[in-house]
Amino acid sequence: MDILITGLLLGGTYALIAFGLNLQYGVARIMNLANGEMIVLGALAAFWIFIADAISPILTMLIVAPLSFFGNWLIYRFLLRPLVRRAKNQGQLEVDSILATFGMAFALVGVMVSIHGEYFTYSYLAEPFEILGETFALNRIVAFCFAVLIGAALWLWLYFTRAGMAVRAVSVSTEASGLVGINVPQLSAIAFALGGAVTTMGGTLISTFITLDASVGVVFTMKALIIIIMGGVGDIRGAIVAALILGLVETAVARLIDPGLTLAAAYAIFVLILLFRPQGLFGRKPS
Amino acid sequence: MKLTKIFKSAAIGLTASMLAVSAQAADVIKIGAVAPKTGALGGGAVVTQWPNVELWSKQVNAAGGLSVGGKKMMVEIIEYDDKTNPAEHIKAAQRLAEVDKVDFIVAPYGTGFNLAAAPIYAKYNYPHIAVSAISDKMPELTARYSNLFFTLGNTTSFSESVVDILKDMRAAGTIGNRVAMVNVADAFGIELAEAARPRLKEAGFDIVYDKSYPLGTPDLSPIIKGAKESNPDAFVAWSYPPDTFALTEQAIIQNLDVKMYYTAVATCFPAFVGKFGSKINGVFGAGGVNQDSPDIQAYFKAHKDITGKDADGWASANTYVSLQILGQAIEGAGTLDRQAVIDYIKANSFDTIMGPISFEDQISNRFWTVGQWQDGKFRGVKSSQMDGAAPVIAKDGWN
Repeated sequence: MDILITGLLLGGTYALIAFGLNLQYGVARIMNLANGEMIVLGALAAFWIFIADAISPILTMLIVAPLSFFGNWLIYRFLLRPLVRRAKNQGQLEVDSILATFGMAFALVGVMVSIHGEYFTYSYLAEPFEILGETFALNRIVAFCFAVLIGAALWLWLYFTRAGMAVRAVSVSTEASGLVGINVPQLSAIAFALGGAVTTMGGTLISTFITLDASVGVVFTMKALIIIIMGGVGDIRGAIVAALILGLVETAVARLIDPGLTLAAAYAIFVLILLFRPQGLFGRKPS
Repeated sequence: MKLTKIFKSAAIGLTASMLAVSAQAADVIKIGAVAPKTGALGGGAVVTQWPNVELWSKQVNAAGGLSVGGKKMMVEIIEYDDKTNPAEHIKAAQRLAEVDKVDFIVAPYGTGFNLAAAPIYAKYNYPHIAVSAISDKMPELTARYSNLFFTLGNTTSFSESVVDILKDMRAAGTIGNRVAMVNVADAFGIELAEAARPRLKEAGFDIVYDKSYPLGTPDLSPIIKGAKESNPDAFVAWSYPPDTFALTEQAIIQNLDVKMYYTAVATCFPAFVGKFGSKINGVFGAGGVNQDSPDIQAYFKAHKDITGKDADGWASANTYVSLQILGQAIEGAGTLDRQAVIDYIKANSFDTIMGPISFEDQISNRFWTVGQWQDGKFRGVKSSQMDGAAPVIAKDGWN
């Protein structure tokens, strides 16, 4: 039971890391290597405001979400749209966007180091919380609840609204959705911006229990990539399931076998899923 | 036409400023510093390494510079970020020597970087006074590189001191024989855990929990839960900065009730007490400093006033000391000749904020090994030949 809950909490953290990239890569077709830096940016905002004014990271999250949405929209509009325009095919866009966002990641690291080069560490809700006689960290539980909220909101939006349906259509085929009258460039910009906003929100939540520093972003990018590839690119349900599997497996291995094997176990799961379902858990087979 | 004019004036301006620089160059000692500002070690280097380079150079220049052979010379620092990447470090070091033509260098940050860069600094014969480098290979290295000095101690003394504290506390009846030990699965953590294991067994301790975890593990609560289930009297973690914070947060949340709790690197950081406040009273960590020494107190104050940051409770002072040694050796040798400065370092004792420091086979044997948070201050409690060790207190809950 303890393993199950700890694993779910960790899975929630992983889901927060991966939601945004899923939208950005799945819908806007941008392989955003600066995803981790967006997380760290959210964490930096939370840390900075908490140290200065003792303002709750939850409040910070609500402030940074619209800012990040707007910032990411600008990035898409001015940095990435030209790449989308000139790309002759999906492969070329992927290469170009990887290079562009890779560079952007360096720029963001530089900016963050100049703001605060040390560890972003503070204590927020680092209190014990009992569930069924076992003790868990309250900040992780709060972050998990928000992960559930964000995941549910995204799912409702994608599956039960007209705009959401259009987004899903774009993630299946940009050409075909353009033909049926969907404004693909606009929708892609919105998906990218929304992805960025969700990622930054994840960062503010994660900073309450993980000590980050300006250059740690790449670690999160890698985890996010693993999760969305396991889950199936562009499918929010896949990201959630994959994140939970990863969290549960890592916790079970740490508790039952050896904490030293968590990374190995995570990659073993990754390889197994790719062997038997190369398109990911919820991914569609390429036609 | 207009354009050529601009170019011309720009060219003249450039030549003029170059002339100005070369005229100045004669009175300036150029010192190169390569260390991480970004990457895995960036968060530590901006606490321990960079502020001291800034502090020392500003203090030296405020005093009118170093006197070299009767002439006052200002110091100029040339900084490069090695991005915590050894290849970048080597490139930057090469650039310092070949392009910037610096007179001296500040030693790199981190054990691996000091070892990796030793050959290149030896090639140009720069005095290399390593600080943040802890290894048992020091005698072999100093035998190979006659320009290399070590100041922060070795693996054996760090693990031995922790075992000594456990023995003292057991003798005092504070703890029993049950020790839980974990380490980060990285060169540093593995080496220290391997050094500690046989010593603990030899001293008659039961290692009731002995696990490692990968660097960057996002959730360390399984480790603390596992350790807690093994019902230990003492908890020792050979940990790195992010996990030092994460383990301690989980220990507080899970109420890991031990009388002796030790985490290694970054326990002495100002951010550690900033995060946990009074809850970490009694926590042991690597390093230490004599908080009662007037020299150290003056240094802490200057550090805060000039760099705007608090020094840590360990290698900050050692880093500053290494620069004091370099400065005094340049003044003592009375020349910028590197071999003369190296010879001077080998032959003399230096008056530093940590007291007199001298080198025996290029190794200084005066350093702190274990410190403890006592009423908001990180005090040195175990050392090699240092004065002013504070008595150890038992951890009394996480309040």
